[in-house]
Amino acid sequence: MKVLGISGSLRGGSHNTKLLRAAAEFLPPYVEFELWDGLKAVPPYDEDDDIDPAPAAVAHLRAAIAGADAVLFATPEYNSSIPGQLKNALDWASRPIATNVLRNKPVVVVGASAGAFGAVWAQGELRKVLTAIGARVVDAEVAVGHADERFSDDGALADEDLRDQLRETVDMLVEETHLRVAAAA
Amino acid sequence: MSTITEAKHSLPTGTWNVDPVHSQIGFAVEYVVGTFRGSFSPLDAKLEVGEDGTTKLVGSVPVAGVRVQDENLSAHLQSPEFFDAERTPDISFSATEVRRSGDEIAIAGDLTIKGTTHPIEANGTITDPADDPYGGVRFGLKLETTIDRTQFGLNWNNPLPNGKPSLANDVKLAAELYLVKE
Repeated sequence: MKVLGISGSLRGGSHNTKLLRAAAEFLPPYVEFELWDGLKAVPPYDEDDDIDPAPAAVAHLRAAIAGADAVLFATPEYNSSIPGQLKNALDWASRPIATNVLRNKPVVVVGASAGAFGAVWAQGELRKVLTAIGARVVDAEVAVGHADERFSDDGALADEDLRDQLRETVDMLVEETHLRVAAAA
Repeated sequence: MSTITEAKHSLPTGTWNVDPVHSQIGFAVEYVVGTFRGSFSPLDAKLEVGEDGTTKLVGSVPVAGVRVQDENLSAHLQSPEFFDAERTPDISFSATEVRRSGDEIAIAGDLTIKGTTHPIEANGTITDPADDPYGGVRFGLKLETTIDRTQFGLNWNNPLPNGKPSLANDVKLAAELYLVKE
């Protein structure tokens, strides 16, 4: 089983990328985790460019999602919503609509923000977008507020309650993925 | 002099299989300003009527067989937020009671959609068996019922600018069955 991690934040010290790494620690040992690092290279969506072959960065994104059994998203919150670059990448991934690589794919959304609320509105919007695309969105939420204070120097999530929530959320994603893999076998 | 015709109360005996080419389940639901229609096929159904009148009717149709006029809409209907074809690939029905009076028929039974089962009753008409052009014998059943889709976990909606839902909860189902004698 393989899980792909997609962070909606581009900056090097991103709390959301740390959150993905922290989540990956809770994956069972038989699960391979890949942190996708191609977000910055995805060009703006243009239907004129949405042809075969797809732009290289888009092809990489689609192949990464197609090659994973599940996707773990972590999003920051920009103006009460998801970052434009993440939405743009999902718009690319959603094409062609009827057969896109996210269709029926188990996904889960978590989020971190420097403010108090832990990107809950952005998480809600991301779940809405993923549902519309046709993904199987796991009904869980982890909101890491005051993210500046939540990670230790080595990147570990220091808050025990949040660690428990993250563990449960990862467990739910793995369970959903098992159901799908078993059904396909 | 008068002629008294006794209304038939039983179904034709024997085992009858659905003709999947000519049978289908249609649906109609109010959407925004009109009625949106589609269908499910191919239908699989079997009717067994014993000499003593005992009647067994079961049927199913694949969710992947939903017919609408756009492939993206078809994909949406099959997605986890709608019928979830991957997890619950079939819609099924099993009759619990069949009542006939002449050419009118009422069938009660259990309808399962998206893994949720509820009792329904459908009403319609039945024809007498007739020889068909293919050397067989067949009769027809037309049945209609209305269900509340939200009872089956089909809760999708999209609000209109005035805040009202764009898609109604009540869905009219119309089954058109050609049953061929085994």
